[in-house]
Amino acid sequence: MAKTNSKKVTDISNEKLLEMYRAMLDIRNFDNKVNRLVKRGVVPGMTHFSIGEEAANVGAVAALEKGVDLITSNHRGHGQSIALGIDLNEMMAEIMGKATGTCKGKGGSMHIADLGGGNLGANGIVGGGMGMAIGAALTQKIKKTGKIVVCFFGDGAVNEGTFHETLNLASVWKLPVIFYSINNMYGISTPISSVINIDYNYRRAASYGIPGHFIEDGNDLMAVYDKFKEIVQYVREGNGPVLVESITYRYLGHSTSDPGKYRTKEEVDEWKKKDPIPRFEQYLLDNKLATKEEIEAVEKASEDAVEESVKFALSSPEPTLESAFEDIFAP
Amino acid sequence: MEKETKLISVRDAIIMAMSEEMRRDENVFLMGEDVGIFGGDFGTSVGMLEEFGKERVRDTPISENAISGAAIGAAMTGLRPIVDVTFMDFIVYMMDNIVNQAAKTRYMFGGKGQIPVVFRAAAGGGVGSAAQHSQSLEAWFTHIPGLKVIAPGTPADVKGLLKAAIRDNNPVIFLEYKAQYNMKGEVPLDPDFVLPIGKADIKREGKDVTVVTYGRMLERVMKAAEEVHEAEGVEVEVVDLRTLAPLDKDTVIQSVKKTGKVLLVNDAHKTSGFIGEVAAVIAESEAFDYLDGRILRLAGEDVPIPYNQTLETAMIPSVERIRKYILRLVNNR
Repeated sequence: MAKTNSKKVTDISNEKLLEMYRAMLDIRNFDNKVNRLVKRGVVPGMTHFSIGEEAANVGAVAALEKGVDLITSNHRGHGQSIALGIDLNEMMAEIMGKATGTCKGKGGSMHIADLGGGNLGANGIVGGGMGMAIGAALTQKIKKTGKIVVCFFGDGAVNEGTFHETLNLASVWKLPVIFYSINNMYGISTPISSVINIDYNYRRAASYGIPGHFIEDGNDLMAVYDKFKEIVQYVREGNGPVLVESITYRYLGHSTSDPGKYRTKEEVDEWKKKDPIPRFEQYLLDNKLATKEEIEAVEKASEDAVEESVKFALSSPEPTLESAFEDIFAP
Repeated sequence: MEKETKLISVRDAIIMAMSEEMRRDENVFLMGEDVGIFGGDFGTSVGMLEEFGKERVRDTPISENAISGAAIGAAMTGLRPIVDVTFMDFIVYMMDNIVNQAAKTRYMFGGKGQIPVVFRAAAGGGVGSAAQHSQSLEAWFTHIPGLKVIAPGTPADVKGLLKAAIRDNNPVIFLEYKAQYNMKGEVPLDPDFVLPIGKADIKREGKDVTVVTYGRMLERVMKAAEEVHEAEGVEVEVVDLRTLAPLDKDTVIQSVKKTGKVLLVNDAHKTSGFIGEVAAVIAESEAFDYLDGRILRLAGEDVPIPYNQTLETAMIPSVERIRKYILRLVNNR
């Protein structure tokens, strides 16, 4: 198993470290559970899992001011939503299309949002959240709120025209936004090397005269967190946007209907050796930041919470037919 | 409410509407290409940079995707942007943000959030700018649940409806017509003069035949109605839709029941143009039983707009052709 190479962080409380560990577990347990429910036919439609990308998500979100800063998300947004602390019951209910879901059953996995908590929503269009992110950042700048926006997207979105346009506009208007590309090295089936002519996308920051940051090991929670602490401060101080890229891997297919013929089993297994969750557990134990008992308690709490969410969702009502005609326009 | 009015152009009505709303609500701001020092591609924001400053009258790069996306993100988080699309043809670059994001976000989020944004677009031809700068694309947007679409045809309606659009908490596509920015009309000066979205207006009452229209063609329909009244004593009832989505079906249906004959006119292409929707609404309504003749449509030809001015003019309904179609209906031909 790969070791983390971060130095011991002394400024994070043990409580927060365990919260971060819990968030990663919640993502893993939740998505594993949803995957099984899809296979059983209980969950319809498309879901995209964050399994394997937990550190890349949690490390970033942990560096933000929870409930204050804003994020936009993409179709692979479970990791971001859960890291931000979304209600798991409502999220599971949403994925099952129930009336008690985060979006009353009308959005589904790809459109989970929590506006009150600063989550401006997952998005079913690749790059669809990028314009929204710079607009939200514009509001914070005009109103001088001091809040920043983190725009989550993958390696594929970097090739959409909106990447170019939004980075350019954000750089010209010096907007408080972190453009964060979670590079899991595949679109659906195309490896990144076949769709870009450079090695890594963070280098594109140079085209916009903004800093480009690189997190080579996106499965190292502390490395992701440390980097984000640095850039969050930079952006909050009004220096304009940054582009940051982390390298990670998704253990499952693009979505539930992906047999994964474009990757070798060897490659997947190599990446499983770098699993962010056991690595962080080891980090906590090695540095005596948590005891075995505390870790096991967090693991159990996470499993229980996910089980609870399934019970809640299964026993929740379906939305009414009338509800299909509601919520189109604001009054 | 003040009753005072002034004879001003569509252009000035637009500046007046936006300025009044920006004075009233500090969250309203204007963004787009050349809206600042240049005063807008069609002069529709002249003087506004001087009054409101560059934070609220924002020039942008040529980045329709980023412009529309930023407007939507700003609207979601408490601001109220007006986007100057300039030529409506460029709205095609904004389609994902308008159709997939703005129109659907509140619904997909189960009723949470709102997106108060107005996209102002200069539609139609008649200024010699050829195929890529002369389109009226309103029909596309009326097809998308979650968008409101407004196409006024007089300076007063432009002012009242633009103010309403800015105050509305939803995404609105607001059509202006390039060929009519100079058109003058009496416009109320009351800063609280706001017209209701979703209400058509009977611009002329009559008992012999209904003509339903909107936008640029209203002026021509009114002229044709006056001419057939003078020449043949035919009384035309002109229904100005003003708002296309949501459509005021009731006013249309009541008028057709009254006259029994209906002609639909728009400048956009005939095939799948918005008046096709109006024809279907009439045909499936109780007005069908009152019809004394076919539902007729007169629209732009199904061709890209040609550059040559004689050709271009011939591709859009003229006053003369509107008159001919009215008389066809009246004489049951």
